[in-house]
Amino acid sequence: MKGIKLRIFKDRLFRSAVYALSLLSLTPLFLILLYIFKRGLRVINWEFLTRLPRPVGVENGGIANAIVGTLILVFLASLLSIPPGIWAGIYLAENKNSKLAEAGRTAVDVLQGTPSIVVGIIAYLWIVKPMGRFSALAGGVALAIMMLPVVVRSTEEVVKLIPPYLKEAAFALGASYPKTILRVVLPAALPGIVSGVLLAVSRVAGETAPLLFTAFGNQFMNYNILKPVNALPLVIFNYAMSPYEEWKRLAWGASVVLILLVLAGNLISRTVVKKWKVRF
Amino acid sequence: MGRKSPFKITLLLAAAGVTVVALATMLSLLWGSTPALKAFGWKFFFQKEWNPAMDRFGALPFLIGTLLTSFLALLLSLPLSLSISLLLGEYLKGGKLSSFIRSMVDLIAAVPSVIYGFWGLEVLVPAVREMEMKMDIVPYGVGIFTASLILSVMIIPNTASLAREVIQLVPRDLKEAAYSLGATRYEVIKKVVVPYARSGIIAGILLSLGRALGETMAVTMVIGNSSEIPKSLFSPANTMASVIANEFTEATGDLYYSSLIAVGLLLFVITTLFGILGRYVIKKTSIEGGK
Repeated sequence: MKGIKLRIFKDRLFRSAVYALSLLSLTPLFLILLYIFKRGLRVINWEFLTRLPRPVGVENGGIANAIVGTLILVFLASLLSIPPGIWAGIYLAENKNSKLAEAGRTAVDVLQGTPSIVVGIIAYLWIVKPMGRFSALAGGVALAIMMLPVVVRSTEEVVKLIPPYLKEAAFALGASYPKTILRVVLPAALPGIVSGVLLAVSRVAGETAPLLFTAFGNQFMNYNILKPVNALPLVIFNYAMSPYEEWKRLAWGASVVLILLVLAGNLISRTVVKKWKVRF
Repeated sequence: MGRKSPFKITLLLAAAGVTVVALATMLSLLWGSTPALKAFGWKFFFQKEWNPAMDRFGALPFLIGTLLTSFLALLLSLPLSLSISLLLGEYLKGGKLSSFIRSMVDLIAAVPSVIYGFWGLEVLVPAVREMEMKMDIVPYGVGIFTASLILSVMIIPNTASLAREVIQLVPRDLKEAAYSLGATRYEVIKKVVVPYARSGIIAGILLSLGRALGETMAVTMVIGNSSEIPKSLFSPANTMASVIANEFTEATGDLYYSSLIAVGLLLFVITTLFGILGRYVIKKTSIEGGK
């Protein structure tokens, strides 16, 4: 037995170290947020949000096309990934031990671990190459591939948690299997699914790498999904890497808009879970 | 199981669809990298020259760049993420402060990587450059070290959340037994909590590593984009992800283009392997949760 004083000293030292290092790990986050808001907040005004980008040397460009582009991309990705994702998630939860469920779960793991830049290559090979040009559609597909595993996983996990007696009660009342799933299981699982989907959406809204060679970016406003579109993360990347101070200034503004968007998604997702959660 | 209703068939098709997407991903990468693999053979992955002008390609510089940045980042972030997980799992289990810290850790994961990259470029790169000038080495500012710094912050949440979960799972009676023998809290953590939670912590580390290996934007923006094998931790380099991000749209010629896809294939295989390993560890210790 070592001296008790030394042991108490070590205990205190360790505790202080844990507190100090924890504080240290959160510091960069605060520094980054502070810096971005300091630089970006004053850039944002109505013109910034509603104008199109302008050539170098002309001041007061805007990011309207990037905001619209991000909305188009996220909408396309949601359309492509949410319905099949929820459906597949229900299958995985309902058929826990089938071979297909086993394969599906592995597939979800693989897709979730796939680096975003590789997803970009895939969308390029599948859409851009056959079509012969960059397009919003290709960007949407890339983001959909990123969303799909998250949607499947969160649906599966929520549906699994629904107590079997709910389903049994529906069956006992003579409800068919589709009716039970659509009218009992799905509504009960909805808050969990919505929160998972919102998290997925807010994550892909900030993704840049899969868009580099799919949506590609565009200096003009574009609503045609078969043509390239701009996106907030792309604007930040392109302007940040440019040598022009004015463009960098715009990139800070775009960063604030993007962060607020992502935070709103996260926040809403959390409230949904808290407010709507069905308790059993 | 008998005959399947049309409704069940749609469910089945959706699940099959997800599986097909994953399979198609793998096959597309293989198919896309065939020309490069045919031209260079398996040596492609260990060839150290990447020279688009001469049409000679090898992935070794990027493999080294990726492994160096990822492991250095892991090394830097481990003390931080483990402290957070001990703080939340052991010292501060409940209360407002605890949930505040938890949501801040989630926030670290939520900030888009391009924003980390931008901040790194504007703040971290000049700082590192200054440091390098004082150390009397070539002051690039950008390079492996800078990329690792940024990465080490970004991967904190992965290890922290998984490790916290397993630390909370350590049975109370084990800890209480140690306390009743007169152990201090530090001794309980060292001799009971950490050994008990070890495999969960390892799984968290593996997941963090997977994230670090595949991280693209933040790294691309601060690593300096050099296709030479890095000479030191401060020299500019490229990772597998960053070389694809930088050169894919500019790739002229089928061989160049296919070589970049082959780099993507290598990246995919490595991250998938680490992912499988991580999940295997989780499964073996039957720890639920994590991401």
